[in-house]
Amino acid sequence: MNLAIDFAGVAMKNPVTTASGTFGSGAEYSEFVDLGELGAVTTKGVANVPWPGNPTPRICETYGGMLNAIGLQNPGIDLFIERDIPFLRKYDTRIIVNVCGRTPEEYVEVVRRLGTEDVDLLEINISCPNVEAGGLAFGQDPKLVEKITSQIKDAAKQPVIMKLSPNVTDIVQVAQAAEAGGADAVSLINTLTGMKIDISRRTFALANKTGGLSGPAVKPVAVRMVYQTAQAVKIPVLGMGGICTAEDALEFIMAGASMVAVGTANFHNPSATVDIIRGIEAFMRENQVEDIRELIGCVR
Amino acid sequence: MADKKKCAAEVVSQKLVSEGIYSMWLSFPERQDIAATAVPGQFLSLYCKDGSRLLPRPISICEIDREEGRIRIVYRVVGRGTEEFSKLTAGDTVAVVGPLGNGFTVHEGRSILIGGGIGIPPMLELAKSIPGEVSVVLGYRDSDLFLKEEFEPYAAVYVSTEDGSVGTKGNVIDAILEQGLDADVIYACGPLPMLRGVKDYAAKKGIPAQISMEEKMACGIGACLACVCQSKERDAHSNVGNKRVCKDGPVFDAQEIEL
Repeated sequence: MNLAIDFAGVAMKNPVTTASGTFGSGAEYSEFVDLGELGAVTTKGVANVPWPGNPTPRICETYGGMLNAIGLQNPGIDLFIERDIPFLRKYDTRIIVNVCGRTPEEYVEVVRRLGTEDVDLLEINISCPNVEAGGLAFGQDPKLVEKITSQIKDAAKQPVIMKLSPNVTDIVQVAQAAEAGGADAVSLINTLTGMKIDISRRTFALANKTGGLSGPAVKPVAVRMVYQTAQAVKIPVLGMGGICTAEDALEFIMAGASMVAVGTANFHNPSATVDIIRGIEAFMRENQVEDIRELIGCVR
Repeated sequence: MADKKKCAAEVVSQKLVSEGIYSMWLSFPERQDIAATAVPGQFLSLYCKDGSRLLPRPISICEIDREEGRIRIVYRVVGRGTEEFSKLTAGDTVAVVGPLGNGFTVHEGRSILIGGGIGIPPMLELAKSIPGEVSVVLGYRDSDLFLKEEFEPYAAVYVSTEDGSVGTKGNVIDAILEQGLDADVIYACGPLPMLRGVKDYAAKKGIPAQISMEEKMACGIGACLACVCQSKERDAHSNVGNKRVCKDGPVFDAQEIEL
């Protein structure tokens, strides 16, 4: 039975990674799961300098999901290179570094710094709903997506995954723009912009007023967008959005995702990633599937 | 080492101790280490069975029975998650992760333990285990003095009430001043305004204070950066002066945190 895949030219032992921002750089979850069992670890977004993030409360629970507005708090690329990459390198897993920025120059600076580092792929966050500049501002306009993708590709030494926002009218246009800009892969979905009102305090539940919705509540939207995207581009798709179980992961894979990421589920079950890998294996055994690649995009 | 796990705790008993406040003893048939390693000031993450509620509820540890391998939590029903827990009865199970966070660091000398409202429960195990001369100051809204009697075997107990119905009218600092209490170290858990008062009082007196913080959490283990509080110094983990309440706390040196 084979779970190994090739993703944008990188060999992965299985198609399961973590969704950026839910897993730090793996240190905390390494007490719950053997990171070496994961196909890859996708790190929390890192910028050229440390970012303090948003005021609290930064999260709230919603029905079947949660809103977050962390605001991309991160320690900056220097400390990340010094501490987080060596930590992850101790494990037999691939490293996908998520990169954030406020301007094209900031993204490019981080991408250049990572060019000489031992990491396997870059995931570019052009879709964060919780920062004022950068992030979503780039991810909603196909022309800007194509331009920033090609700027990043010119600077990058590793394959580049562009992380797309679902907060757009037509995901296909944005995915095609990333492909036209030279992206090696796309990942989706980032969170859906949402809001919760605390009726007892008559104010917003989050200090940032709005936040990104994630968790099982968003899964059908994510599966639909992964399907549409996989139909429209030739580059591989990393699918995510509410994956909690192996069955959820298999939906994304059958819809066309070559890899899947587990995010909010980690908060509900710190061992969710490895439980999902084992569940995929069990499904393949029960259904006599020899190779996971038979399932990728099998639903058309 | 990947040896931590979400596991099933068994409800040994549950009872209502005050309006909306429940006391529950849990045992851990799958994990002997939970009660064995827990210290006062740490918390457990409890998970709902209802799949529409994904996030763990962090609840502080009130008492630890290491011989029987049990932990007691005393919590207020504040939403649907805690409401679900309040309906559990002996023999039911609830999924938990823990113990989590850093507890109180016990120092020699005379101590004052301060608890306010639902910040009172975590002070009980500390009161039981702390050596030396101990005063306990409990802040309540009114004459509903939940848990007060349980502190009495271990310490001299003083009370403040907001409505003045029992003890000192006002807050816990008013009670300390009225009683003329003095100490070498303060330990406190309670609402933010109370912690601010404790921090100011300790700074004026020049004595160390450890305070237990609360913030909305998602992961509970230090990964998601939801539950941060501002620290005076740029800390090694965040590199920006944002301490994680769940992982770096919940107990902090009062003077290192901006309140």
